[in-house]
Amino acid sequence: MAIDTAALRPAAGIPSTNGLASRRPPRRAGGGRRMLRKLPVRILITLLVVVEVYPIVWLVLGSFKTQNEFFAKPTWALPESFSFDNYVAAWTTGNLANNLLNSILVTVPSLFFMIVLGVAAAYALEVMVWKGRNTVLLAFVAGIMIPGQMILVPLFTVYFRTGLTNSLWPLIITYTVMGLPLTVFLMAAYFRAIPREVFEASTLDGAGMVKSFFLIGVPMMRNAIITIALVEFFSVWNDLLIALTFTTKSELATVQVGLLNFSDEYGSTDYGPLFAAISINVVGMLVLYLFLNKQIMTGLASGSLKG
Amino acid sequence: MQSVLGDKKAILLLLGPALLVYTLVKLVPVLWSLGLTFYTGNPLGGFEFAGVDNFVRFFQDPQALEALGFTIKYALVLSVGQILLGYGLALMYVFVLRKASTFVRTVVFFPTVLPTVAVALLFKSLFAVGQQDGPVNAGLEVFGIPAVDWFSTGDGTFTVAILMELWRSMGFFAVLLYAGLLDIPEETLESARLEGATGLRLVRHIVLPLSLPVLLSSVIFSVNNTLKVFDTVLALNNGGPGNETTPLTLLMYRTVFNYSDYGYGSTIAFVLTIMCFLVTLFVFRSSRRDITKN
Repeated sequence: MAIDTAALRPAAGIPSTNGLASRRPPRRAGGGRRMLRKLPVRILITLLVVVEVYPIVWLVLGSFKTQNEFFAKPTWALPESFSFDNYVAAWTTGNLANNLLNSILVTVPSLFFMIVLGVAAAYALEVMVWKGRNTVLLAFVAGIMIPGQMILVPLFTVYFRTGLTNSLWPLIITYTVMGLPLTVFLMAAYFRAIPREVFEASTLDGAGMVKSFFLIGVPMMRNAIITIALVEFFSVWNDLLIALTFTTKSELATVQVGLLNFSDEYGSTDYGPLFAAISINVVGMLVLYLFLNKQIMTGLASGSLKG
Repeated sequence: MQSVLGDKKAILLLLGPALLVYTLVKLVPVLWSLGLTFYTGNPLGGFEFAGVDNFVRFFQDPQALEALGFTIKYALVLSVGQILLGYGLALMYVFVLRKASTFVRTVVFFPTVLPTVAVALLFKSLFAVGQQDGPVNAGLEVFGIPAVDWFSTGDGTFTVAILMELWRSMGFFAVLLYAGLLDIPEETLESARLEGATGLRLVRHIVLPLSLPVLLSSVIFSVNNTLKVFDTVLALNNGGPGNETTPLTLLMYRTVFNYSDYGYGSTIAFVLTIMCFLVTLFVFRSSRRDITKN
């Protein structure tokens, strides 16, 4: 357990102890003056929170409005009733249920392949000793910088010729590979933080490298794997470029593509279902975020600094 | 020991699959795409060797130059905004809110995890709902400012795009830079305070230089990402009005999938790649020079 957290620290970015803030000597000031001094800051922070929260509250309220309310009432009026008609419309005729299913069917296998391949590769590149491993690592890491547009045309050609475009496989394959550079790079950094003796000891007991990878490497990387999985989850779930390019049929559309089509088809006329569809996305993420916010913050921060 | 750590079979088994798919799906397509920049055409109509014509065309194509200009303008303005706002928030978290900053950090970070298309559609509605004014215009009218038709001009769309991205990402950059600020040793700050450095002087002479590495990483990350902007401008106003808010990414997409010009599309993608590479190299080099100077 102790090694778990130690392994996370070098790249994880955010230390748990708030040394800078806590050890500052308290300032002495009169109560009233102190209140006055803090007032501008209080106003600023209130404003900040309102700016962050209001659009979302307005969105969710809007999802209960009827078309008539959108056009006849002031924009910040509360909805007249809380009927779930818009949600039903978004879910069924708006195809949101199908889009969500597609997003899940794409994201889960992509993450699985990315993690399995990436962690194993990082182990071979960082823990094991062989000539040329730095070059291979560099080849992986260089991929972080290359924009998705650079591989779009060749992949589209190949997927089209092999007939894969009628399935979700083009998305799964592309996401897996696009996530590999960061996964390999971060996992290599995490493995570097583990003393080499740990692996040497396990091999002394007669375990091969593959066996000690599964028995020692993977369990020790559990927290790091969760971190990377979260980072990659958001980049896959929120992608539009790849999904838009390789989904040729509307039955295969992911949430992002679905939302885009949704606004094209209904945008000018039907606001209620559109707001409901966006709300489902936003609230879904909010629930996930509230459960995992600390891990998400740390994960995204460490993931991007390496990128 | 050496023989076990260098077990060829194990290396092949663990690295092989990843390296194979990575080579097939990333490295080969990159080289393929690079090759395509010397051709015009598409698989159906056939390819024709064009030498460097595509590159010449790029620099004579007003639409491409407009997209290049927009991409640079967008990346520059947004990156400056992201870093300034993020750094301001981070300083506030550390020096003003201190331990009480958890709630604010959590709230301000949240939009980072939202799907970009959802955020773009939300912001579109905030600025205009059909023919109706959204809350932003309604708010402006309260102060006697006439409503603005945001999406009828390039500048209006650009403004909404920047505001939206700042709303979405400032909390993220704040957390990134906050982590960097926490790494500054308390002793250093304490001795600076004893020397009489407080407030802005403390930030300027002590905090800023010490958080330079994480600031530079954030700049690389920010510019690299803003250069690749795609989904937000597409969902916000489809690169319009006209082509006024069309970045290189969207132009590339249209060139390939609407006009079926694979070669020219690859050229646009290549120009973008070179830009990302140069920015990273430039910031990286200048940061190394700074470190050696100290």
